Amino acid sequence: MKPSRFDPVVLTLGFAFLYIPIIILVIYSFNASRLVTVWGGFSLQWYSAMWSNQGLMDAAWVTARVGVISATIGTILGTLAALALVRYARFPGKMAFSGMIYAPLVMPEVITGLSLLLLFVAIGIDRGFWTVTIAHTTFTMCYVAIVVQSRLLTFDRSLEEAALDLGSPPVRTFFKITLPLIFPAVAAGWMLAFTLSLDDLVIASFTTGPGATTLPIKIYSQVRLGVTPEINAICTILIGLVTIGVIATSFTSKRTELRRIRDEHVAQRGAA
Amino acid sequence: MAEVTASPHAGPARWLVVAVPYVWLLLFFVAPFLIILKISLSDTAIAMPPYTPVFEGFGAIGDFISQLDFENYAFLAEDPLYLRSYLSSLRIAAISTCLLLFIGYPIALAMARAPTSIRPTLVMMVILPFWTSFLIRVYAWIGILKPEGLLTLLLQAIGILGPTEQVQIFRTDTAVFIGIVYSYLPFMVLPLYAALEKMDATLLEAASDLGCPPWKAFWKITFPLSLPGVVAGAMICFIPITGEFVIPDLLGGAETLMIGKTLWTEFFGNRDWPLASAVAVLLLLVLVIPIMIFQNQQQKVR
Repeated sequence: MKPSRFDPVVLTLGFAFLYIPIIILVIYSFNASRLVTVWGGFSLQWYSAMWSNQGLMDAAWVTARVGVISATIGTILGTLAALALVRYARFPGKMAFSGMIYAPLVMPEVITGLSLLLLFVAIGIDRGFWTVTIAHTTFTMCYVAIVVQSRLLTFDRSLEEAALDLGSPPVRTFFKITLPLIFPAVAAGWMLAFTLSLDDLVIASFTTGPGATTLPIKIYSQVRLGVTPEINAICTILIGLVTIGVIATSFTSKRTELRRIRDEHVAQRGAA
Repeated sequence: MAEVTASPHAGPARWLVVAVPYVWLLLFFVAPFLIILKISLSDTAIAMPPYTPVFEGFGAIGDFISQLDFENYAFLAEDPLYLRSYLSSLRIAAISTCLLLFIGYPIALAMARAPTSIRPTLVMMVILPFWTSFLIRVYAWIGILKPEGLLTLLLQAIGILGPTEQVQIFRTDTAVFIGIVYSYLPFMVLPLYAALEKMDATLLEAASDLGCPPWKAFWKITFPLSLPGVVAGAMICFIPITGEFVIPDLLGGAETLMIGKTLWTEFFGNRDWPLASAVAVLLLLVLVIPIMIFQNQQQKVR
């Protein structure tokens, strides 16, 4: 399409809107003054205050463990679900299955949270670390399934078929051929699952119990009492970690992609 | 793409691929809805958990049916607070979705027209804020919109506001709209961009060669062809916004009624679990049609 002269203006305004609030938050985490609107000079005092805030640190540790465990289980389940959706022509209840994958993506969190809590109470599980982890696994696996599914849809089956024709069993073929090829999407799915878990306030609030306060719950309770620069500091660290993670993933996936293209070229020349 | 039917080697592993995620979702996504439906029909009790059990054992089917009542739903119908919450949520979600479309469309269009080489970077820049915490992004706006916040300082500095005047946006519906548009913008831009990027540029060239003015070409060609993206973006935003809790709670005021907030208060404040369940069931009923549209759209995209 022909570009318009207003395009750069639109893009600049759009990205300014998306980024300025985050940039302001990062800048003010280094503010020596307690007041949000007064710049009192550069200082790292809020980072040391955050570091010695035991409650905040405990919550960060809980959140990290919930995130790693739920993202890992969610990635395994989500990858299986994507394989089921793309590779299996039909199985009983396929429509219902794809419905169950898409619905959690848009389901209001208050409904998911409340319904899971009522399930845990009904079957008599004590609420705490594991209930939050199960809840996070359930909604993150659907995001992983979507990410992996889009990769599988553009997937060249010939390598897999060659392996199967040469007598490699399906499970072995999956781990030797399919998984390495879809790995960038699986890794991106894990990253997405981890950040969604890291981010979730509503579902965690419903499904948590004593001793399993996650970071968003902690941040939320402090924000309700008023803005404190300590929260700016921990937010800045989270933003930094996520940014590094996203950039690293996109670099590795680009490298893997390039290597794959090169390998395919070599293979084609060999075949010719 | 051709889908392969069972290979000669297919063993139990083949069925596990379907069964494991299927059972997990039945257990942790579908079963909870049946329980929420059941509890919405039971009475509040003082003991923990705060509701009387509706179903005990499989023998007591008769008792089970006689115990069900629509008391909670009747209560929801009587108290105008709930009806007003539902209507106000739908109104806020509808207005925000329109605002998102107005702001998101030009951005998506500009991205689709940008040189091919910089498009992946632009997409990456739209996605990046989505990776940073939702809570943090909403929280960032508190510091900007507060009466003594940065927006007031900025407007005072450039002379739009007098030195003693302050911006009165924080804790109003306007702040809620700003927060929603900010948080959901990537969800609107990406499906629109996906639809616009696929578009055949020669159609527009043909229109312009035949003397069609650009604005007319936009309404006759570009917009109709981007409709799948418009529907997808609108649904991805509208449905979760209707049940939104964090944004109205942190940025909205006392007069901001949203059903997600009402449900939260009913559950955490009044500890009335059956009533909160009834609120959730009704919210789900309200959203059934948009959710069906969304599902349909997703199946078609595949």
